[in-house]
Amino acid sequence: MAKKKENSFEDSLQRLQEISDMLEKGEIGLEESIKLYEEGINLAKICFGTLKEAELKVTELKKQLEDGLKDQ
Amino acid sequence: MNEFNNILSVSELTNIIKVTLEESFSDVSIIGEISNFKAHVSGHWYFTLKDAGAQISCTMWRGVNSYVFFTPQDGMKVIVRGKITVYPPRGNYQIDVRSMKPAGAGELQAAFERLKQKLAEEGLFDPEHKQPIPKFPKKIGIVTAIDGAAFQDMKSIAARRYPLAELVIASCKVQGEGAAKEIVSAIKLLNTRDDIDVIIAGRGGGSLEDLWAFNEEIVARAIFDSKTPVISAVGHEIDFTIADFVADLRAPTPSAAMELATPNKDELFVFIDEFSYYFTEKIFEIIADYKEEISGITSSYGFRIPLDFIKSRNQYLDNVLFRFQNFFDNKILFNKNRLELLESRIQSFDTEKILRRGFALVSQEGKIVSRKEKFDKDKSTQLKFYDGEITIKHG
Repeated sequence: MAKKKENSFEDSLQRLQEISDMLEKGEIGLEESIKLYEEGINLAKICFGTLKEAELKVTELKKQLEDGLKDQ
Repeated sequence: MNEFNNILSVSELTNIIKVTLEESFSDVSIIGEISNFKAHVSGHWYFTLKDAGAQISCTMWRGVNSYVFFTPQDGMKVIVRGKITVYPPRGNYQIDVRSMKPAGAGELQAAFERLKQKLAEEGLFDPEHKQPIPKFPKKIGIVTAIDGAAFQDMKSIAARRYPLAELVIASCKVQGEGAAKEIVSAIKLLNTRDDIDVIIAGRGGGSLEDLWAFNEEIVARAIFDSKTPVISAVGHEIDFTIADFVADLRAPTPSAAMELATPNKDELFVFIDEFSYYFTEKIFEIIADYKEEISGITSSYGFRIPLDFIKSRNQYLDNVLFRFQNFFDNKILFNKNRLELLESRIQSFDTEKILRRGFALVSQEGKIVSRKEKFDKDKSTQLKFYDGEITIKHG
């Protein structure tokens, strides 16, 4: 856990769930609800786009450390 | 003194034995059960081969034993091939083993069972050691051969299901000499990083011999020691390896492992879509609720008072306007009538003046005849004088 990613896909999905829960509870005012609605729709759009445009990345990890590890 | 004719030194005798034995047994195959197996840190193997009636020491040197696809265990029946060597300083003889194979098909299975039993007793398979597999991995570590079919399968499944992920492959041999060691170092290599969310270790299908590396104790321990959760993915559905038991999750095949490690893109699309629908539906509902609340308030008695006041004033105003309207309408009508009366009087006043002077007005059938040619002798004629009218009947 070196650094928290600023906005990972998982975080976005979690936020969507939060917004959904808050709207469901209905304990917030109209203005706040509309703000959440806008945030939610925006976030959903971003998630959708991210997933649609994503391309699998493959990296090969070279074994520079292999010799050092062999003795263990 | 005869019995002491041929006196040899210990070295001379040992040397004769050495030559005799090494010449007679330069290439022998022996079947026996392994005991006291020791893999020295130098890489050499030392063990004893025995049966019910005898035993013999064996050595297998480092460069040679790396060609053995399995790690021997005590109790395992094997066939070794090699030569007898005599070690004079100790006065013992041993087999210098060149190759080794299990004595029968059941031997590997038996070895498998023994290791499984041992590791189970140590608690390596216990459920409390199982780590959860993350749902949305950013980086997936792969321990397999980069040029194998298994890796291709995993790649295409990851690309289809969850292309947001990055595959980090630590390529290694998955069968044959040194495979187990390479698998171990690949797992360790991935564990030196803290950004790998899950590791898939495996290979495609093959014979028990091909899959054997995944039955090795060192591989099992490396999986157990891995800080990163490990999914085992060896062979086909029916193949079970020691790696499967110790892994945090067992997948029947490499493809299945990738499916277990990744969420499904299509399901995620639906999931996200449902949020959009839900948000929109919900916000309309919230707005409708507020509207209802507002109309509830505005239709309450308190809010109706000013409206009623306005209505009654309106009515009053209408009344006043109506009265004004009537008043003016009547006035206009009255004046209009008067005007008409005056007009006709002015007109009649005009002709009267002329008649008074002695003229008469000739008319036929109600029309004034002002010219000779308009006069019709066959019709009756009216003559209007100042003091009255007469009618001259035709005929």
